Order: sequence, then C-alpha cells, then structure tokens
Amino acid sequence: MIVTSKDYDKAVVMNIEEERLDAHNSNELKNELMNLFEEGKSNIVINLQHVRFIDSSGLGALVSGFKNAGSREGSVKLCALQKQVKSMFELTRLHRVFEIFPGEEEALASF
Amino acid sequence: MKNLLEVDIKVPNQTKYLRLIGQIGENVAGTLQKFNNSDPEELAYHINLVLTEAMANAIKHANKNDPDKDVHISINLTDDQLSIKVYDQGQGFDISSGDIVTPDPELEHGRGVFLIRTLMDSVKYRRCEKGNVLEMHKLLHKTSNNTKD
Repeated sequence: MIVTSKDYDKAVVMNIEEERLDAHNSNELKNELMNLFEEGKSNIVINLQHVRFIDSSGLGALVSGFKNAGSREGSVKLCALQKQVKSMFELTRLHRVFEIFPGEEEALASF
Repeated sequence: MKNLLEVDIKVPNQTKYLRLIGQIGENVAGTLQKFNNSDPEELAYHINLVLTEAMANAIKHANKNDPDKDVHISINLTDDQLSIKVYDQGQGFDISSGDIVTPDPELEHGRGVFLIRTLMDSVKYRRCEKGNVLEMHKLLHKTSNNTKD
C-alpha cells in the first residue's frame, strides 16, 4: 500500500495513494496507523482523495484506527471523500462516527 | 427472459484478484445504461462492491485462505435481472436471514453481508456439489421511454 504522511503542528496527515481500499490492503492500512500510534502520533487526518472504492474491510480498518486513536486521547478524522465513498459512510452510518471534512486545511483547523 | 450476457470466471483463492473481479462487475454494470435502477456510476460501484464482498467472504471465511482452492464467479444478465453466483469450496459462513439491521457503527467487522443484503434484492446461501454458493439477484427496471428497446 502506498501511503505518504506529513507532520503538522497539531496532527499528521496521511494520504492514501491507492484507488481501492479493500480486503487485500486494509490490514496494511491498520499497520500504517499502528506505526503512527507507536510513534506517539494519535491525531491523524486521513486524506481519501485518491480512494475511488472502499469495501467493508476498508471501513473496518478506519474504525479500528478511530478506536485506537480514541484510546490514546487522539482522533482520526477524514477528508476529501469521493462521492461514492461518502455514500458508503452514509449507508453504514459511519458518517455519524467520523468527522469528515472537504479538505486537509479544514480538517487540520479542527484540532 | 432473454439472456443478454453471461460471464463465468474462476480465480485463485487470493484477495489480490478482488480488484479484477470488481472491475469486471463495473464493466457489466456499464452495459445496463438503459435501466433506471440508479445512476450508472452508483450502480457500477454497487456491483463492484457486492462482488468484492462476496468474493472476500468466500476467500477468507469459506475457503479459509487456502491457496489451493478457487473461487468461481458467474454473472448472468437477462432483460429483467442481474444474477451473481459466487461458489466457494469450503464449509461455508454464516449469513443471517432475518431483518436487515445496520451493524453498530463502532464495530470493526460485520458490514460485508449487510452491504450485500442491502444492495441486492434477494440473497441466498446454499450447499452445492463442491461447497457452497452465494446467489444474489438484482431486479432491473427499464425506463418508461425505452421499454421497446
């Protein structure tokens, strides 16, 4: 999985450079998030601008990160969701769990 | 019931093939422009998703990630429905048959079957010769102004 991360004052922005987030690569996303937590970084913005497709495993990996961040008094927030990806969050009611922003700037400003 | 399209494919029991199968589903959905179930982009996503979820369940839960097993997928399009069958070679997995209930949003697992049952009109899982088959159907409604096509 290709992921790039950039540190800002209040949070890390993780950019997922993949078109699909599914059962083939969702464990890698969990591991990438776990690596950040182990570095003491628990406020994270995940930029999903490149993700065109997400399945239940991809959603599960994001929920896992959300819960892990919460247990470390941090937070995982999302930004730049494509239309169909956003509709998956609505269908599964996950839009009520995650804070979702149009872009990185708005997400970073919320910390 | 006119048979318009039939796709039969057997792939190794590996998640790296999810993308391929999902893409085939999107391409099949692309032939459904004359139906008004939903907008074409949404329908393509839903077919991709249903195939991805069904195949991931077959690989992980039924075939237990055994690399020597296969998953067989059959997509059949008639003039009034899209049928998808996903055959596994394992002991099967649990697919609830009661009311469709949205899973607790804070759970990490349990959304796959919910998504399949929500997006398809009928879903059955039964034993077959070499394992089990997940049978899913979506009814297609023609738009009123091109029913003579």
